[in-house]
Order: sequence, then C-alpha cells, then structure tokens
Amino acid sequence: MSTADSGRARRTRRRDRPRTASERENRAGLAFVTPTFLVVLVVVVLPILWTVLLAFQDAKLVDIQGMGLFGNWTLDNFDSVFGSPGFWSSLWTTLLYTVGATAGSVLLGLVAALALRRPFRGRGLLRGSMLLPYVAPVVSVAFVWEIALSPQFGVVNEWGRDLLGWDDPIAFLTTRDYSVDLLGLHFELPLALLTVIAFEAWRYFPFAFLFLLARLQAVPNTLEEAATVDGATLTQRFRHVLLPQLMPVIALLCVLRFIMSFNKFDDVYLLTGGGAGTDVAAVRVYDFLTARYDVGAAAAQALVLAGILMVLLGVYFTFFAKRVQEES
Amino acid sequence: MSRAQFEERLFGVLRWVVIAFLALITLAPFYYMVLLSLKPIDALLLDPGKLWVSAKEFTTATYQEVLRSTSEGGQGFLDMLANSALVAVATVLLTLLAAVPGSYAVSRLRFFGGRRVSTLFLAVYLFPATLLAVPLFVMFARIGLQGSLVGLAIVYIAQTVPVSVYMMKNYFVTIPSSIEEAAAIDGCTRLQTVRRVVLPLALPSIMATGLYIFMIAWNEFLFALLFLAAEPEKWTVSLGLQQLAGGIEVSKTVLMAGSVVLTVPVVLLFFAAERLLTEGLTSGADKG
Repeated sequence: MSTADSGRARRTRRRDRPRTASERENRAGLAFVTPTFLVVLVVVVLPILWTVLLAFQDAKLVDIQGMGLFGNWTLDNFDSVFGSPGFWSSLWTTLLYTVGATAGSVLLGLVAALALRRPFRGRGLLRGSMLLPYVAPVVSVAFVWEIALSPQFGVVNEWGRDLLGWDDPIAFLTTRDYSVDLLGLHFELPLALLTVIAFEAWRYFPFAFLFLLARLQAVPNTLEEAATVDGATLTQRFRHVLLPQLMPVIALLCVLRFIMSFNKFDDVYLLTGGGAGTDVAAVRVYDFLTARYDVGAAAAQALVLAGILMVLLGVYFTFFAKRVQEES
Repeated sequence: MSRAQFEERLFGVLRWVVIAFLALITLAPFYYMVLLSLKPIDALLLDPGKLWVSAKEFTTATYQEVLRSTSEGGQGFLDMLANSALVAVATVLLTLLAAVPGSYAVSRLRFFGGRRVSTLFLAVYLFPATLLAVPLFVMFARIGLQGSLVGLAIVYIAQTVPVSVYMMKNYFVTIPSSIEEAAAIDGCTRLQTVRRVVLPLALPSIMATGLYIFMIAWNEFLFALLFLAAEPEKWTVSLGLQQLAGGIEVSKTVLMAGSVVLTVPVVLLFFAAERLLTEGLTSGADKG
C-alpha cells in the first residue's frame, strides 16, 4: 500500500517525501472523527454553552425570537432561583430521591446478580424477563404503577385490605406524609417520595444487574474454591473474595445511577407531577420553562443543578475513587 | 451444625425466595397491564382485585378504540406508531452514521487531540437532558423546527451519539489490529480496511448499539412533550399515551390497551435480540 499511496501523493501534491505511517494515521483519525465531533459540537456542546449565556440574561420565550445572542445581562435569574420558595426543599428532595434510587437499584441489582449467578432451570427466561422494567417505555410502566397503586381500583390496595387488613386504602402517590405508629413511636413517612424512589429502583435495577452479573461470571472459580478450602463460610467468601472483585463495577454503577437519577424528569413527572413532596429539581426546570415561559430562570436553575452535580462528583472522585481503586 | 453449613442452607433457601420475588416484581406489572387492557371498565371497578379475565368479560374493544383513527372517534394510535417508528429508525441510522467512524477513530487511530476528543464524548454524557432542553427548545423555536419530527430526531441523535461511541469503542478495541495490518499488506487502503474487514467483524456490536438507540428513541418522553405537545398529528406513542391520560374521561382499561401498544414493539424487538444487546451493553464491564 505504501508505494501506491506515496506515488499518488506525489502525483497530486508534488511532495518530495512520502507521508510517514503516523502522519497518515493522524489524517485518517481526524477524518473519521470529524462527523461525530461535529454532531456533538452542534447539538450538545453549543446548546450547553448557550444555556450558560441564557442563564445570565433576561430572556422570556415571547421576546427570544428577536433577541440577539448577547445583551440584557443580569443576575436576576439566579436571584429568582435561589430566592424562590421551595428551592432548598426541592434540592433536599432531589438529593434524597437520588441517593435512595441509586442505592435501591444497585443493591437490588446486586442481590439479583448473586441469586442468578449459578445456573438453574429457567434462568435464561428469568434473566430475560428481569430486563423488562428497563426496556419498557417509561410512560406505560408509570401508568401501570399509577393504576395498580390507585386507592379506588388499584390491585395493591384491594389485596392490602383483603390480606393485610389495611383499614383504609392508601393513596401512595398523593400522600405527602403518612403517619405511622409503631411500638408506641409515632413518625411520618414521606410516602409519595418513597414510592417514586421504589419505582426508580425497580426500573433501573436490571441495568445494575446486567453489569454485576457479567463481572461475577468473570471471577475465576479458583478464588472461591481456595477460600472454601481455607474454611471461609458463604458470607465470608462474599465479603472478602467477591465484594472486592465487584467493588469497581459497583462504584461505577453508583456514579452513573447518581448522575442519571439526579437529572431524572420523566419518572417523577409522570407518577406525581412533582406534587406531594416529590418536587425534584428537574421537574422545576420544566415548570419554569413551560408554565412561566421564563427561559432565563429555567436555564439558571438547570445550570445550578449541573453545578451541584459537578461539585458532588468532584468530591467523590477526590476522596473516594482512589480508595476503591486501592481496594480492588 | 457448623456456621458454614448453616449459612449454606440459609442462603440456599433465601436464593429461591429472592428468585421468586424477582420474578414477581418484574412480571406482575406487565401481566397486570395486559390483564386490564382486556377487560371492560365496569368489570375492573366491580372487582379490582381479580387477577384473571373471564370469558364473559373478555373484550378487545379497548384496542379498537385506541387504534382507530381520530376521525372515526378513536385515539389514532396507528398514526402515532408510524411517527414513533419514523423518528426512531431515522435516529438509529443517523446516529450510527456519525458514531461508527468516530468510535473507530477513537479506539484505533492515534491522532492529534484524539484522547481529548474521547474524553469530551464521555463528559457530554454527564450533562443532564434538562440542561439541553432549554437551549434546544429556544433554538428550535427560532429556526422553526419546533413541532417537527425532524427536530425531535436531531435531539435524539444528540442524546445517543456519546453513549453509542462508548459502546462501540469498547468493541473495536477487542478486534486484533493484526487483522487490519494483514489487510493493509494485502493492499487495502484505510477506508477499504474499515469497510471490508472491521465493519463485518463489528456487526454484532453495531446492531446491539442500534437496538439500544432504537429503545431510547422509542421510549423517550421529555423532548417529545416539550416540542410536540401542541401538534397532535405529530405525537409519538409515548406522548400520545400521556396526553390521553391527562385528557377528558378516558377509561383506565383503554389507557392500559394504549400502554400495551406502546410496549409490545420494543419488547418484541428486545427479546428477538436479547443476547446481542446484553453482551453489547456490558462488553468491557467484565474486564474490570
């Protein structure tokens, strides 16, 4: 190839010296990556930069048509974001939701991966069906949950009354605080929030399950056999042999799920519309944008969210990521 | 009984409990969905706890109402299915077109700025959809793409390109470079090598990525809601179903029929290619 190539190069460009292999590789690499790079630049990077600009401008959707890219600089948007009622409580709700959903989905995925690790009859079938919550469209599964949990005609309340002896139907998705008396103690459960957390954990545990199962099956059997010979029990083998092997994947999954849940919109919006104590931040951005047509405030809110996420990730990577790597 | 024996037995039993529980939580909601879609609404209200449908109650009127076009008094889901399919297929093709060469370059070729570009693709994945939603909303309102399926497809491409690059990159790395060198010695140019050698080898991974993109585009809801809510004839199935639920009195059983219509295509496709998809998604995960 090289002689033909250099010959062509000489003919077309009159170069004295044929291109070296690394020069050619460089050119090919740039050529191949250009389409991807352009797409990402135009539809992802530029819009993000524009969000930053919009957040510092007084921009309403009605007058954005005639507006220039720059101008009307103001910090009002951040004032209205931080000063608006419910900003801090919404942030707290978002954090609770994110941590709960992340921990729930990764834990359930881990338990599932451990249970399905060794072959049994019908494992393939169960493995396939366990991915259903993840694959199915969010709109349809959200409606199934909504109907199943409905106080009027939901199957959960009906069975709860028949089998568990509930006195009144429980409105899972519209109850902000559910009073519970247990052993003389009285406390309030944020029921709607717990329900959307359960939904999120249910919908995304298959994702964690897939990754953890793949990793589990790559752990060599000899490790565990050696531990068994040394007299390690099942839980000890899990704690000291399997868990260290899984730790990098678990850490990666936690980071991924944390980012995703922190920005989650559809699930909460469809289940509760952000009511009953589930007003996560992403739903607030949507409200700013569509109910008030306040583009500037929506952009500022989104930016603040992204900033908080970055800070949290930064903290994680500086303090914890190294430790996980050392352990593994 | 020693501690080891006790644990073996305890977890031996617990394992089956967990398996039964998992089967219940993953299958029951979908069974419930299909079940309700085949009942008239009175039957549901009369006995909400009943988990089967009797021959007397059995009906497909719910599906007829959902699928019939709006001019005939139905909900027009057939048109929405066409819209969804159009957007999803276009997204898959265009995303692959952009992502295949990119992921090949990032995984295989050493070029100026290559590592930075590859980090950029990953970093983009970290940005929330809501952050993109605001500028895209404004941008499309400006250039008149708001309320068009083309605009929606563009957004989906943006959402899926980074993760596609990541998935395929992991696969390209596993193709031994000696195969490519052999092709080069046989006189292939770089482009020929990619087309005749690398692409056929990577086909399973490319198909898995395509399926994953299809799934994301078919299921997506936020951007469809933002861009298309005002244009009923362009609704995708996800959006149509949500609007149906929020609209005037529509019985819950019809809503469930709509959910089944929305779910079946993507689930069928998934089961047809399950092995492909799970392996494509996790390739690289088992290397630590």
